[in-house]
Amino acid sequence: MANIIKLRVNGAVHPVNADPQNSLLSVLRDQLDLTGTKYGCGEAQCGACTVLIDGHPRRSCITPVGAAVGRQITTIEGLEQNGKLNPVQEAFLEEQAMQCGYCTSGMIMAAVAFLKTNPNPTDEEIAHGMEGNICRCGTYPRIVAAVQRAAQKGAQS
Amino acid sequence: MMDERSIFSGGKTAAADELEPERYEFRARAVHHFDLQRRDFFKLLGAGVLVACAIKPVAARQEAGGRPSGGVGFSEPPLPQEISAWLHVGENGGVTVYTGKVEIGQNIRTSLAQAVAEELRYPIAKVELVMGDTQLTPYDMGTFGSRTTPTMNLQLRKVAAAARHQIVALAAMKWNVDSQKLKAVSGRVELTGTKRSITYTELLAGQQLTAVIPADDPLIPPAQWTVEGKSIAKVDGRDFVTGKHRYPSDQNLPGMLHGKILRPPSFGATLASVNAASFDLADNVTFVHDGDFAGVAAATPEAATRALNALQAKWNEQPQISNNGLFDYLKSNPIEATGFEGASKYEIGMVDKDLAAADHQLRQTYTVSYIQHAPLEPRAAVAQWSGNMLTVWTGTQRPFAVRTELAQAMHVPEEQVRVQMPDMGSGYGGKHTGECAVEAARLARAANAPVKVVWTREEEFTWAYFRPAGAIDVAGGIQKDGTLTAWEFTNYNSGAAGIRTYYEAPSQRILFQPTRYPLRQGSYRALAATANHFARESFMDELAHAAKMDPLEFRLKNLKDERLRAVFQAAAEKFGWKRQAPAPGHGFGIGGGFEKGGNVATCVEVAVDRESGFVKIMRVVTAFECGAIVNPDNLKNQIIGGNIMGLGGALFEKIEFANGRVLNAKFSKYRVPRFSDVPPIEVVLLDRRDIAPAGAGETPLVGLAPAIGNAIFQATGKRLRSLPMIPNGLNRA
Repeated sequence: MANIIKLRVNGAVHPVNADPQNSLLSVLRDQLDLTGTKYGCGEAQCGACTVLIDGHPRRSCITPVGAAVGRQITTIEGLEQNGKLNPVQEAFLEEQAMQCGYCTSGMIMAAVAFLKTNPNPTDEEIAHGMEGNICRCGTYPRIVAAVQRAAQKGAQS
Repeated sequence: MMDERSIFSGGKTAAADELEPERYEFRARAVHHFDLQRRDFFKLLGAGVLVACAIKPVAARQEAGGRPSGGVGFSEPPLPQEISAWLHVGENGGVTVYTGKVEIGQNIRTSLAQAVAEELRYPIAKVELVMGDTQLTPYDMGTFGSRTTPTMNLQLRKVAAAARHQIVALAAMKWNVDSQKLKAVSGRVELTGTKRSITYTELLAGQQLTAVIPADDPLIPPAQWTVEGKSIAKVDGRDFVTGKHRYPSDQNLPGMLHGKILRPPSFGATLASVNAASFDLADNVTFVHDGDFAGVAAATPEAATRALNALQAKWNEQPQISNNGLFDYLKSNPIEATGFEGASKYEIGMVDKDLAAADHQLRQTYTVSYIQHAPLEPRAAVAQWSGNMLTVWTGTQRPFAVRTELAQAMHVPEEQVRVQMPDMGSGYGGKHTGECAVEAARLARAANAPVKVVWTREEEFTWAYFRPAGAIDVAGGIQKDGTLTAWEFTNYNSGAAGIRTYYEAPSQRILFQPTRYPLRQGSYRALAATANHFARESFMDELAHAAKMDPLEFRLKNLKDERLRAVFQAAAEKFGWKRQAPAPGHGFGIGGGFEKGGNVATCVEVAVDRESGFVKIMRVVTAFECGAIVNPDNLKNQIIGGNIMGLGGALFEKIEFANGRVLNAKFSKYRVPRFSDVPPIEVVLLDRRDIAPAGAGETPLVGLAPAIGNAIFQATGKRLRSLPMIPNGLNRA
């Protein structure tokens, strides 16, 4: 049954009262009130719940919270540093790469992780790398452009 | 100054906000709700000028240029509507706009702010919109039918213009000059020919002014726009890239419980019995059994799920029809009724005679499957009771209708129900109803605590509603030279939107035949316009081939409407329709049409691998014209997004069902477009500053499916007449 787990989220340690089998998504949203990470499908098919665990993109809806103990969890709320947006966040704004925006958190987290593995991608590589994220509004071309723009920023910095 | 009671206590000014005559748009009761009194308003917002929009009846048809707007032979009853929006310019410089429209990704929070900034001559950054809150905003039937831009944009322009006139009049009084000599510029009033100027805030200090807009208030013509017509970025975009924005499913309240609902095993099943004896006591579960409704609430979603799984229920099920045989079922089960529930028909000339006399006569049947909106945010609601007062935060395109649903379900007066709609994770016509809100409210009353209900993806795929399936029979006759002489078109069940043909044919018989149907069905982005354009534009292609004419030339030969001709020509020009021929194994296709005030034409190139049957969409060009463009960048976003959503329904989206069960209620089984499905999409915008702007959230997608089908035909000689066209690849279609 429930017990106290210590989670390191966005650089801070949070004690949470949860069964280790509970989904990380539920703990983030319902216990820590970090609602930027979204529920979309519950079966790792849409990517709306993507967070970084030790820098790797993970579907928090199928990740047991117990598996995240002792690791660095980064959510969308943790990307902005001292009021400065992450280059991927900036690029999404500059390209207006959203409509309803519900997929945006997961897209940005997936893109941040993707660019770490491939800092100079082609558009095709971006599409392939982001294939697991659904945007039902169909802003895919703008998202590709935003990830490409973020890659250019990374190359310049 | 006008009598303020005419504004605030329900003046009798009525306006006919004519709907797209489409019966699957859920309709609302025409009741006006207007709760705040003038004094409350100034108390809430401080001094300033308050303007309400009390429009007189306007002929919506004028906006459509008097052309057929889709329906056949019927129109909606006029809806009494006293006030549609209001606006407050505060002495502190803030501008607050109140509208019952809601933001669901179509970006009207930005485009409506542009309208206000334009006419008020005020910085857009200081314009804030309060949207879809039944306690604060005037009654609105709902956000659907691409009506926001033609109606609310216009109304807010009028409201803002009236506020500006009031402010200019204050300056004229203060300086004792003729207001003709004054000019409003970016929040200041200037005396022309001098350096004298004063800010709105200085003028409004301590004032409590009200006005109702005059219906004939002159507006800034689109040719002179400086804020509208510009690609203004999403006003609160930063909140979306930082995760700060709170969607309906993100609302959390202190002490809030999580609810889960017991779902029947199949559609129409009734609850015979339910046993809640095996709950885990530690979970402190609230259990409600009320008729066919059974649900639980507990402190965490996990505890609620445990409790749901512990329920032992017996259901009475009924045998139901399945995918197999669906279209025969629809065609053989017409609803024989008169009036709005029954068939509607448009007929001119002598169809049978002209069909028989034609040089070429063709007859075909097209079908469309049930598909789902699948908004990425499923239905969600948080309900909170405070005594007899109920507040619900929920994702819906119709907050006022949800308020009615809640009041009826919970047996409380509407005055005791407040519905708030935080900008939501889209809807596409799929969130007109309030099931989830009612479920949360019922559980919250039993639990005596706030309750959140968020539907699972499987629930959303099963218990929401679907875009109607349909079968469409088309017959046409042409002369040897390609002149269309007879046109017969019958749509079974899928709907009347976009059913009228814009091609010239002296004899026409067009019928929408409602039928009995197996799944809960309702509104959908572009609704039946997608099916009707697919059938019409595919059939026109078939006729063109029968006449041995180029499909574009054949269309233009039978099309007089200048706006529609212009988009066909613009799309073909950009695409290179005439300049090049498709490579071997490739095909070009074209499709287009007119709906909801917008004109669209789409050209597609496909490549088909003859061995595997794999179809690749190589490129898409869409030309679109909806009058004066309010925000070009957002319009492009809508057009490209509409095409991509349309791609799913065209190629592979389909609800599989059998015996009252949805068989593919998951993203792993129901395929929606993903990154790799998206071809290069080019957009050509035609900006008609001489025509009032129409909406653009729906119409851009209707040309795509027929263009793809026509291109596949050119590449392979294979004619695909059912949507989705290639759910399993071409060879198994």
